[in-house]
Amino acid sequence: MKPLLLWSDLLIFLLVVVLTVFFLRLARDPQTREHWREVFSTRLGMVTMTLILVYVGIALLDSLHFRRALEPVAGSPEGEVFYSNKVTSVLDVMLGGMGERFERTYSAPFALDSFEKQDMKDDNGLTYRDFPPLEHAGRHLDHPGERWDDVLAKSAAALLWGALFSVLAIALQWAFLRRSPFPWHASWITQAAVICSAVWLVSMSRHYHVLGTDLGGADVAYQSIKGIRTGVLLGTLATLIMLPIAVSLGVMAGYFKGWVDDVVQYLYTTLSSIPGILLIAASVLLFQVYIDLHPDFFSIGLEKADARFLALCFILGVTSWSSLCRLIRAETLKISQLGYVQAAHAFGVSHHRILVRHILPNVTHIILITFVLDFSALVLAEAVLSYIGVGIDPNMASWGNMINGARSELSREPVVWWTLSGAFFFMFVLVLAANLFSDLVRDAFDPRSGAGRSAT
Amino acid sequence: MTTLAAPVMQVSNLRVDVAESGEAILKGVSFELRAGEIFALVGESGSGKSVTSLAAMRLLPNALRITGGEVRVGSEDLFDLSEADMQTVRGERVAMIFQNAMSALNPVQTAGEQVAETLRLHTRLSGDALRDRVVQLFAEVGIQDAGARYDFYPHQLSGGQQQRVMIAMALACEPDILIADEPTTALDVTIQAQVLALIRGLTRSRNLAVLLITHDMGVVKNTADEVGVMYRGEIIERAPVDEFFHNPREDYSRRLIAALPDLTRFHDSAAEESLLQLDDVKVYFPIRKGVLQRVVDYTRAVDGVTLKIGRGETYALVGESGSGKSTLGRAILNLESVAAGQITFLGQPIHTLGRRAMLPYRKKIQVVFQNPHSSMNPRLTVNRIISEGMDSLGMGLSAEQREQRIASLLQRVQLDVALGQRYPHELSGGQLQRIAIARALAVEPELIICDEPTSALDVSIRSGVLELLQELQRDSGVSYLFITHDLSIVPSLAHRVGVMQAGRLVEQGSAEQILTRPQHPYTQALLASVPRVDST
Amino acid sequence: MFAYIVRRLVYAIPILIGVNLLTFILFFVVNSPDDMAVSQLGQKYVTPEAVQAWKRKNGYDLPLFLNSQEQGAGALTETIFFTKSVKLFAFDFGRSESGRDITTDVSTRMWPSLAVALPTFVVGIWVNICVALMVVMFHATRLDRWAVFVFVALMSISYLFYIIGGQYLVAKTWKLVPISGFNGEIQPWKFLLLPVLVGVIAGIGAGARWYRTLFLEESNQDYVRTARAKGASEIRILFRHILPNALIPILTGVVVVIPSLFMGGLLIESFFGIPGLGSYMLDAINSQDFAIVRAMVFIGSILYIVGLILTDISYTWADPRLRLD
Repeated sequence: MKPLLLWSDLLIFLLVVVLTVFFLRLARDPQTREHWREVFSTRLGMVTMTLILVYVGIALLDSLHFRRALEPVAGSPEGEVFYSNKVTSVLDVMLGGMGERFERTYSAPFALDSFEKQDMKDDNGLTYRDFPPLEHAGRHLDHPGERWDDVLAKSAAALLWGALFSVLAIALQWAFLRRSPFPWHASWITQAAVICSAVWLVSMSRHYHVLGTDLGGADVAYQSIKGIRTGVLLGTLATLIMLPIAVSLGVMAGYFKGWVDDVVQYLYTTLSSIPGILLIAASVLLFQVYIDLHPDFFSIGLEKADARFLALCFILGVTSWSSLCRLIRAETLKISQLGYVQAAHAFGVSHHRILVRHILPNVTHIILITFVLDFSALVLAEAVLSYIGVGIDPNMASWGNMINGARSELSREPVVWWTLSGAFFFMFVLVLAANLFSDLVRDAFDPRSGAGRSAT
Repeated sequence: MTTLAAPVMQVSNLRVDVAESGEAILKGVSFELRAGEIFALVGESGSGKSVTSLAAMRLLPNALRITGGEVRVGSEDLFDLSEADMQTVRGERVAMIFQNAMSALNPVQTAGEQVAETLRLHTRLSGDALRDRVVQLFAEVGIQDAGARYDFYPHQLSGGQQQRVMIAMALACEPDILIADEPTTALDVTIQAQVLALIRGLTRSRNLAVLLITHDMGVVKNTADEVGVMYRGEIIERAPVDEFFHNPREDYSRRLIAALPDLTRFHDSAAEESLLQLDDVKVYFPIRKGVLQRVVDYTRAVDGVTLKIGRGETYALVGESGSGKSTLGRAILNLESVAAGQITFLGQPIHTLGRRAMLPYRKKIQVVFQNPHSSMNPRLTVNRIISEGMDSLGMGLSAEQREQRIASLLQRVQLDVALGQRYPHELSGGQLQRIAIARALAVEPELIICDEPTSALDVSIRSGVLELLQELQRDSGVSYLFITHDLSIVPSLAHRVGVMQAGRLVEQGSAEQILTRPQHPYTQALLASVPRVDST
Repeated sequence: MFAYIVRRLVYAIPILIGVNLLTFILFFVVNSPDDMAVSQLGQKYVTPEAVQAWKRKNGYDLPLFLNSQEQGAGALTETIFFTKSVKLFAFDFGRSESGRDITTDVSTRMWPSLAVALPTFVVGIWVNICVALMVVMFHATRLDRWAVFVFVALMSISYLFYIIGGQYLVAKTWKLVPISGFNGEIQPWKFLLLPVLVGVIAGIGAGARWYRTLFLEESNQDYVRTARAKGASEIRILFRHILPNALIPILTGVVVVIPSLFMGGLLIESFFGIPGLGSYMLDAINSQDFAIVRAMVFIGSILYIVGLILTDISYTWADPRLRLD
């Protein structure tokens, strides 16, 4: 086994560190703590945060990559180990080899037979056409008729195990958190639901394809779960690349005014006047040309896909800073008129110090709100870009690629609906949780919202 | 004055809670309004006076709820009416005018339309008759050129005219009762006097019963017939106005009255040595026009001001909003570039100094701003706010010395040393303004520019801050340039007074001279609107 | 007002130059014409001759900025920068890599785009405002809270699912309209109905939620309290006072996209087979036809700038407080 660190893995763990430091610093400020308390004192805040953390956790587990050592081939020199070209992640291991059970092509959820007829030979060597049985579904059944009884029995067992795990997990938290003023029970119910469904999914997938298989015969449930890492990473990395540009330019424009302001305004008007999707498409295509012309840069396929993925994050980040920049510029303009900045001028405080001490801390709420808002927008954008063909590399699991692959199959009869459903469900839950959470964050942090509620 | 008339509106035992927490806002408020009389409800911010008026009209925001009491108009209890019936009461029988007419008027509807709407809601007037009636109302409330003003949008009218439109709107359907919620607070003093005179005149001519809500004892004294003092959701004292001012029963009332200016005692001009001198200082802002945005003209914010401030002296710069007094303050601080003239501090011209060369003078000239909430960075503790100047101006203190100094500063402004660990939003306006003073004092300045330091504070807190400023002056001999729109705080404070109008200093002299023998008509007008304790 | 518009138009010039330079750098400096030739020809057929031939055929065999072999003005005009970028300013878009005249394509394809985008836009705003007004009437009730939740849920569904769902339900299951296609002569509404419907429904979540916020923000203003004190009913306040004021921010958010309606929608057009500019762009992206992408970037920028100017003009029309000078 040899660990493998993709660039995006490195960045995501770096990002986790940066965000943790950022939030810890934020939490030192009592007003910010008060706002967070407001967010988490609602049940909705607890539920959505739990869901988001589950997604992030899956994404992180899926970012611990390694390559398995191959069995020594006869004749190779002693002590030399070859590694598989296939990259495995810790998540793959935890899913119990869900991704390794391939069929030939489409099969419906819990199906025992393939979706398409195929030429087969019977015992007498005669060719006939029928639905071939799946290789990894229901092999343990003696008779196809037992299928649903078996599913029920296995589900009940899995849910029992799931309940057991949930109780263990919650009991542990309960011991520490029972006196906490926050509505932890909402989070616990969510956790229990997540744990139960995870246990159920993993244990069922040993015997059936829970969400069927796609055109290439890959397990749809597995594909959908693998899409989580792509979605979460894209949503955070692109914003992370955009933040420094937007914040530094916006703050400088609003603070120094004059020609700095003119230049920054010119930059963002120019950038935002270009139709975003075209700019992104063109940039991605150009990068793809570059990758194609330099195939020797990447030793394995996944690294190539990873490079394209990072390029996409980078391009999304570089092309999307204008709206945040505009917001920060406006806020900085407002803040520099306030008494405390004026007083700092009267004390001869240097520009650098005013920016760091007085301006930046007071625009962080905008950065935070944008960060959460953009996250869900980027996850949705990924699907569209992949559909257009300028998104994630087709070799990398992503919801956009799943939708793209499945949309033409809707005209089939009977309909192949499960690929779309898998992508839809996993994407919808993440985006909904993020959207609801961002609403709460905005209500708590944006001084404008909720201000009208006060009396007199 | 007939106090025997039957009450037109009777509020009894009115109670209001915060819907969520159940915290009591009004704890049983009772009073009655009589035709032809003005009942003034006085109190400081948060005392519940505005809530009283909104509750009586059933216009409370959702966060508050009425929990008891009744409001009788004639024989009806307004709290028993249906919402539809209530809508016929509002505007027709009970009308309201609000503070800050600019935001209380619909910005995208013409002034005339807004008055006409009230008439449309409650009468059958329409067409030309409606328009004529509105124009007639405009004329009655003293809007010049009433016919043309009909089609003006609110932003095209001056503050005084906007408030007159509000009054016209309220009077349109000839209500019996008028509720005026701080009707003059946002206005300049000279306009304020006119609007109050109008309200008083209408009270008599239309036999209105008026509830006047205000925080300003001067307004009460000049306008009201009866006073109710509100304090923390209760009316603690009620009396006819003359009796109230001569013989207040409650301590709190006495404090409010004591804040009125005493125009009999003045400070002597003490200073000999000149500290700051302005010679014909001008500050211009360019006006740009046309395709190329060429500078076609200048706004003359400060247009040739000459004055002198001596050591240990307080110079009060008085003027209404937009007169350029704050711009002048900023120019002295070298935060605004001076177009012409000279600013000399201790014999050294400072308006031409660059950022670095100005640093030694930053220690000597400091500033206290109007709004204490926006003049403190909400992310810093009080200790760090106070130490900012010491850090950046390099006072060369060790960490320990600095801490001691902060503690002693807090004591000097009469605050608990423990407040140093707090954040601005945890403190009251009065405390914050003391901290702003401590921050300025930290670098041991010789001149502090106080830009309306008390106008955001309640009356009872205001006098404390002013006393503190004077005490500090006696102790350390610091000079103040005191920028204010409020002549009434001048006598207790200033040695010399300058009156500014439209960028020019129209009159200056000793405090006694300006306040007792004003020469310029503008000064006279300002002075006329100041309420006095002794003028009974 | 006139001076203002002129000034805005003058300001647009440096922005367009910036857009032009940026696209030029992207397409010709970051990626050289040789790279493009290689990827267009495909790895297998790459020979130096083939690359040269391809470049000559498409006019990429000139120097980037300065042609030292030409005399006089030709040194500047016989360059890629001049022929490919500067000529855009004269609306001369040249030919696509496959040899079609882009200007003709654009002028024929923008009408079907508009035919879909304009009704979607108008009906969308109307529906969103109506829904938002209805929700605002029930503000602070259970209905309001659920409505907001539904809006957020609608927002959380990818646009692709709206299209797929619409096609599946309306066209395939219920067989009400054709799944896709476009015919300008025979019953065009039949082909437009579904794309417009899908576009409107997909926009309700975000749109109605935003308008609701605007209405609520306005309903906290002082003038609303004044209107209540006059005795106006809640309905009247909503329509006579809140709506006209809220229209100002709605306008600014909305007018800017009007000129861009000509560009159509990438996804809608490609799914429904509408021969507009959206599907034109998508085809160009898929066939890596950079000439078309360049032209569309330029057109898009111009339309956006026109949108900005229109926004400012509509501001003065809706808000009496503003005067442009």
